[in-house]
Amino acid sequence: MAAEKRAGAALRVRAYTLTTALGAGCAPALEALRRGRSGLALSRFETVEFESPLGEVQGLDARPLPADFAAFDCRNNRLARFALGQDGFEDAVRAAVARHGPSRVGVFLGTSTSGVLASEVAYRQRDPATGALPRDHDYRHTHNVYSLGDFVRRWFGLSGPAYVVSTACSSSAKVFGSAQRMIACGLIDAAIVGGVDSFCLTTIYGFQSLQLLSPRPCRPYDRERDGISLGEGAAFALLEPAAPGKSGPGEMYFTGFGESCDAHQFSSPHPQGRGARIAMEEALRRAGLAPADIDYVNLHGTATPSNDAAEDQAVRAVLGTTVPCSSTKGHTGHTLGAAGAVEAAIAMLALESSTAFGGTGTREIDPDLRCNYLLANLERPIRHAISNSFGFGGSNCSLVFSRTPVPARRTDP
Amino acid sequence: MKPLQVDIAGIGLLGPGLPGWGGSVGPLTGGAPFQAVPPVLPPVEALPPAERRRVGVAIRLAMTVGFEAARDAGADPARLPTVFSSTGGDTDNCHAILETLSSADRSLSPTRFQNSVHNAPAGYWSIATRCEAASTSLCSFDATFASALLEAAVQVLSDGGACLLIAYDTPYPEPLVSLRPISHAMGVGLVLRPAAGASPRGRLTIRATGDAPTRLADPGLDSLRGSTPVGRSLPLLRQLAARERGRVVIEYLDPMHLAVEVEP
Repeated sequence: MAAEKRAGAALRVRAYTLTTALGAGCAPALEALRRGRSGLALSRFETVEFESPLGEVQGLDARPLPADFAAFDCRNNRLARFALGQDGFEDAVRAAVARHGPSRVGVFLGTSTSGVLASEVAYRQRDPATGALPRDHDYRHTHNVYSLGDFVRRWFGLSGPAYVVSTACSSSAKVFGSAQRMIACGLIDAAIVGGVDSFCLTTIYGFQSLQLLSPRPCRPYDRERDGISLGEGAAFALLEPAAPGKSGPGEMYFTGFGESCDAHQFSSPHPQGRGARIAMEEALRRAGLAPADIDYVNLHGTATPSNDAAEDQAVRAVLGTTVPCSSTKGHTGHTLGAAGAVEAAIAMLALESSTAFGGTGTREIDPDLRCNYLLANLERPIRHAISNSFGFGGSNCSLVFSRTPVPARRTDP
Repeated sequence: MKPLQVDIAGIGLLGPGLPGWGGSVGPLTGGAPFQAVPPVLPPVEALPPAERRRVGVAIRLAMTVGFEAARDAGADPARLPTVFSSTGGDTDNCHAILETLSSADRSLSPTRFQNSVHNAPAGYWSIATRCEAASTSLCSFDATFASALLEAAVQVLSDGGACLLIAYDTPYPEPLVSLRPISHAMGVGLVLRPAAGASPRGRLTIRATGDAPTRLADPGLDSLRGSTPVGRSLPLLRQLAARERGRVVIEYLDPMHLAVEVEP
């Protein structure tokens, strides 16, 4: 069993897609990343009383779910459905269901706030006399954390294992690990993983209360960085076991994950990034890779002073100061519970396009941060990329994506 | 689905009429009458005073059953990966935020916002125990306990070490309780570990089944099974309490449920 713990068990990424403020599907995201275009714009969501730079997915109000899914209709599930419709993802899932059967395809998704916006609106519409919520408010299929998993499972007519992970900003990174374990234990043959988070008053007013919202589009790693910009987003990947020795050109693999807790403070990271370090080391070990094998790091890089400083120390401790790094929060905003999956997709775009994307929004790199932070794109082949996601409660997860299913090898003594 | 075999090394339980594992064996097995008396929640001594003041029922409940299970297993909580599960998280806190956001002054308390994340108990737990091991927090609506049991078993089998499952639910206040009627606060802690040698609290073999979920003979307990999502664990807990060989079916995602064979 101990040997098994370290064995690389790569999964093939049969399909992936992302939808953020950069646009619907991979193509507009790649185009924006190549051009350093940000999707952030000063805006006011719903009835929020103040403006802030937001990475909004446009047009969701005009995209209600079909009538037979009306119970699930809320901003979060609309975003989920919009994203599922891109890049041929639905066809890839249906083909996997045909290959394996509906009970052998798992659904493991992440969100932080699910469809809580529906309850926020419903609370404003309570009956003044009785305090009752409007009759048509459907808590189960909108607000509840499982709503997203339930929706996607039913959308594809699946009957296998399903749950939604909600560990704040690491949620949809952790589901990649869940899928790996479930497949390794023989419970399923394929998994839909991903994450969706959409705007709601809870997060906008909540981050405002913590004074973590920057008044300007966020500037990760900048000397003058002063907080996050919120974004919404959805990303999905379809994972299947990698056939041994059968990797082909153009294929993509999920090769490792590492999870840890800071065990330090609730809403600020361990100052030396101890938990982040453990997560990256564990991910490398599971992938059977050495630090020098990593060619690009998609940082969590939220642009708060303490988060970036802690992650910088962790990355330097594990990977050194030469590996190209960037945060793409300046492009998409911080998509919270979707960030893990969104940035996993961006790491795969980096591998596929042989481009380590330069961060945007950042003008002058903080001299105290000494990672090789990119302000411009770096075009060169990328063999393996790490994506970091760290959340409230000290919940950390790092993922490794590769062009080849790395053979298992022990890197620890 | 391949059968999953794991040992239960320790149990924690707190719910109506279920005052800790030792005190629950009687009511679960019919040796003592079951009466749904609300449980007494101890303060969380393990948290630093600043954090202790910030935590409500859901977090205290989760921590109480977690510590009881770890103690029962003789396991160091600082070294146990955790699977937290709940269908609604901190429901009181959620209601308070929704009230504020629908009021004239929408200013949220930073603590309320922090505690609104589904993994709030996991965050406080890792701070209290100084545990840096992997931790997840998940939800599958009424199938949440079964999902967490599967996830914890799969972690044990893929990592080869022990894992602590902490499942808890608390009722929402009005008006949400009308839409999501959870009757009682209840929490369950289970330390799972690889099956080997003599099993302290019972050996589980878990399979998928199309059979209907097991009901409990005691009407009060069976009502709790249906009215609190984590109560779906009660047939398994009853079997473990009886310390006899048997098979129970735990409600999962209909039509698939989990058949659990228990060997003492």
